[in-house]
Amino acid sequence: MRAQHPHRKRVRAHGALAIAALVLGALGFQFFRVQVLRSSDYKLRSESNRFRPLAVPAPRGTVFDRYGKVIADNVPGYAVYVLRDSRDDTREALEGLRPHLGLSDARIATLMGRVRRHEPLLVDIDAEFAAVSVLEERREIFPGVYIEMRPKRRYFGDNAVAHTIGYVSEITAEELESDRFAEYEQGILVGKVGIERQYEELLQGQQGIRYLEVDATGRIVGPLAGIEEDPGLPGEDLELTLDLELMEWIHKIFPDSLPGAVVVLDPEDGGVLALYSAPTFDPNDFVGGIDTEAWDALNTDPQKPLLNRTVMGLYPPASTWKLAAAGIGLDLGVVGPHEEMPIPCTGGLVYGGEYRACWLATGHGSLDLAGAIAQSCNVYFYQLGIRIGLDRMLEAGTRLGFAEQCGIDLPQESRGIFPEERAFWERRFGYRPLEGEVLSLAIGQGPNSQTPLKIAQFYMALARDGTAPAPHLLANPDPREGWRLNISRESIEQLREGIRGVTGPSGTAYTSSLEHWDLIGKSGSGQNPQDPDRTHAWFAGMAGPWGDEPEIVVVVLVEFGGGGSATAAPIAAKTADFYLRRKYGMPVDTVQTLGEHWNLGRPAPWARR
Amino acid sequence: MLRRAFSRWSGDPALVLAVMLLTGFGIAMIYSAGVLNIPSPVTEGAWLRQTRWFLIALVAFTTVRQVRSRWFEWISVPAYALSLVLLTVTLVVGTGSGTAAGVRSFLDLGFIRFQPAELAKLATILALARYLGTRREDPTTLRALVTPSLIVGIPLGLVILQPDLGTALAFVGILFAALFWAGTPIGFLILLASPGVALILAFEPKIWAVFFVLVVGSLYFYRYRLFLVESLAVILANLAAGTIALPLWNSLADYQQNRILVFLDPSVDPRGAGYHLIQSMVAIGSGGLSGKGFTEGTQKRLDFLPEQHTDFIFSVIGEELGFLGTGLALSLFAFIIYRLVRLAEGAADPFAGLVVFGIFGAWLVHIFVNVGMTVGMVPVTGIPLPFVSYGGTFLLMSWVALALATRVASDD
Repeated sequence: MRAQHPHRKRVRAHGALAIAALVLGALGFQFFRVQVLRSSDYKLRSESNRFRPLAVPAPRGTVFDRYGKVIADNVPGYAVYVLRDSRDDTREALEGLRPHLGLSDARIATLMGRVRRHEPLLVDIDAEFAAVSVLEERREIFPGVYIEMRPKRRYFGDNAVAHTIGYVSEITAEELESDRFAEYEQGILVGKVGIERQYEELLQGQQGIRYLEVDATGRIVGPLAGIEEDPGLPGEDLELTLDLELMEWIHKIFPDSLPGAVVVLDPEDGGVLALYSAPTFDPNDFVGGIDTEAWDALNTDPQKPLLNRTVMGLYPPASTWKLAAAGIGLDLGVVGPHEEMPIPCTGGLVYGGEYRACWLATGHGSLDLAGAIAQSCNVYFYQLGIRIGLDRMLEAGTRLGFAEQCGIDLPQESRGIFPEERAFWERRFGYRPLEGEVLSLAIGQGPNSQTPLKIAQFYMALARDGTAPAPHLLANPDPREGWRLNISRESIEQLREGIRGVTGPSGTAYTSSLEHWDLIGKSGSGQNPQDPDRTHAWFAGMAGPWGDEPEIVVVVLVEFGGGGSATAAPIAAKTADFYLRRKYGMPVDTVQTLGEHWNLGRPAPWARR
Repeated sequence: MLRRAFSRWSGDPALVLAVMLLTGFGIAMIYSAGVLNIPSPVTEGAWLRQTRWFLIALVAFTTVRQVRSRWFEWISVPAYALSLVLLTVTLVVGTGSGTAAGVRSFLDLGFIRFQPAELAKLATILALARYLGTRREDPTTLRALVTPSLIVGIPLGLVILQPDLGTALAFVGILFAALFWAGTPIGFLILLASPGVALILAFEPKIWAVFFVLVVGSLYFYRYRLFLVESLAVILANLAAGTIALPLWNSLADYQQNRILVFLDPSVDPRGAGYHLIQSMVAIGSGGLSGKGFTEGTQKRLDFLPEQHTDFIFSVIGEELGFLGTGLALSLFAFIIYRLVRLAEGAADPFAGLVVFGIFGAWLVHIFVNVGMTVGMVPVTGIPLPFVSYGGTFLLMSWVALALATRVASDD
């Protein structure tokens, strides 16, 4: 063979070495590329391979009342996660958890819809301790199940603050798509209503991240040490103007079977002392996901326990609005603080060929402004209305915000219904209003529906100097301009004098008068479209030490409560008494009003005569 | 004294020392491959079994080194025939192993399980060397390539039927290396390879057309050294390859198709077929220059690496010892390859040179395909890395091949 010639062999050997060098050199170069030039990329991928990020919710901010009592805080809860490699394995794991966590078919279906590869699936935000113990004890039967301590919301106040504080629950798909929650992630708990919703971003804080180390089959090897964890930022604490004990007290004294609302404001700055809506519910039920039955029950209850009547409920203000008419009249200067109307009340008045009745058929005779308020004389207010005139009434009512929201710091608030202009009647009822509409408006009837909060805001103006800042729940908020009633000190005194008569010896709410406090207020019976015989009972008033400025504004509305003096006024009186007694360091007695003293046969030498 | 004894025992002390180092290195890495966060019975203790096989391999090496070169020539034909029989039997009663459970590549003799293909490789090397070594003329005609191609082609075909693409590639390496050493013109080797190349290029008809023109051009270039029949055969083979490519592709098992697709683009199926490749590259890449430390590879520990003690042992090296480790391993292989070429060059006997070159071809293919697949240069193919991968028969046969190479090269 010629190939065996030494020279030929050397050439071939060199050729073979060249080929081998090419092959091994190519390999070496590729390793250089991967291990030296692009190593950082692969290092990153290697890390992300091993680690599964687990969102760690930061503890939500604690909510305090004005005295530092806790309204909402956090307790340790247990969240259960599943991390499996395939959908089938995940389903199997969920089936395994079903009896322990009480997962329904629907819940499993929902969860399966959320399965994303390499991401721990949050199965239960708030598992029972007993279930968690079982899972922990038999870890090997539940591969890929991971339990994480997680702060859980707790609400105080015996359901009294439910509507105001609101509640948190898992973020919904719709919320996730909204701009507000653009940075939120699945499984996070968000405020749904109330303060929790309003100050969600403050309370939420910033979610942290923890890493779990997993193997190739997705088995969790354990929490990872060594890599930096982001504990997140705890949510900010909030201090509210609310008085938790006052709300609990209101919850206690409010009639059990009747729906209604109580609004208590601090005339000092418009801070909300209490917002109570009945019936109420337990916000703690929503923590960790409310079960379907309870949710359906809340939603189908004809008394609508989820409705926050203080800010959402709209009721005809009835006689409580006479003060607004009086205030507007004084503001416009069409009536003096002591002025009597030319036509005395004889039980009614003819205007535009139509007879308008007063509620007292025998008539009140001649009354000055204060007397007309105390007696709630319609005839006086008809004449006042005529003096104001429809256009000016609409303009002033609108200026005082009766067609608006108060602007309280809650996510939901109804606008008041009040005609801003004559066109209102055409839009709503299809006819042009006659001047006579002003008569109805002047006595709180006609197209006028207000929230209890709105009425409270108006009475707060009377408890102050005619100015009404927007009611607020957050302590020390940015000051916000409300509206103002331009009336003199004397006029305010006369208006107060008028409603002082209501709780005076000849007033309808005399039995609600108090020993230590000057409780003054206007009752009203709002027409109830559903049942004309059972009116909504109103009492809007204020109280303070005798001979001093009012220190609390209270508005009580009891649906189907009948007469305001009988049903609503005692609640307002007891609320004011509780608040003021505590404020002045006096013991609180459950026997508070004059009526209660009489009923129990207790002497009440302090009663006004 | 000791040095002299070692030199005599080994035949090529530098080469055998390098191989011993590599085998020891391999055992260390197999040990590391067994260090997992969640231990697996498959990899745990594998290093002990490999050590046992290493000792057996040393005995076999010593024994084979005693056999004279002539004897190998004599037994080449019966050994070849026997291995063909064994390969055929394997196709009928063979069993799979591990992840390649669906493949018939093992023969279970009750007391031992081994891969006949490993024996067949050596037997084919011997038979090919014997055939080529006894030709008086260099294989300078295409027709002269027919018989060598058949000698290799029959066992190769049987191995493909198992199917074991990796080992089949080793046979191709043997054929081309031996033919090259036997003096076949490079152009002829290219023509010989052309149908295979055409097979791949056929998926892109335009490129195939260009390639076909090139083949015809080289046929014209060699027109004085080729018979018309030969030229026609080459053209026909190329045409046939171009035609059957698609049906052949469709006849491939899904996992084989996937492996090729994934090689072209690993992100095609990152959790499926691309998984091995991606995880291997992540392991190697994250090792960086100096690695994560022996037994400390996270990709490996957390079981992200597939077949980490066998086919993907090099990924473990890359992850734990970094570029320094892979560089060292590749350097050892380079040295071994270099020594093999020097052995062949120094061999007095054509048979000896051809045997050494057959081994050279087989090992080069093993190294390139195995190491290449771990860094995405070659499709993922089940092929072990000589001396390093876990596997008894393979380690034994590699050492026997080493004994053969050192022995035949030193005989007159």
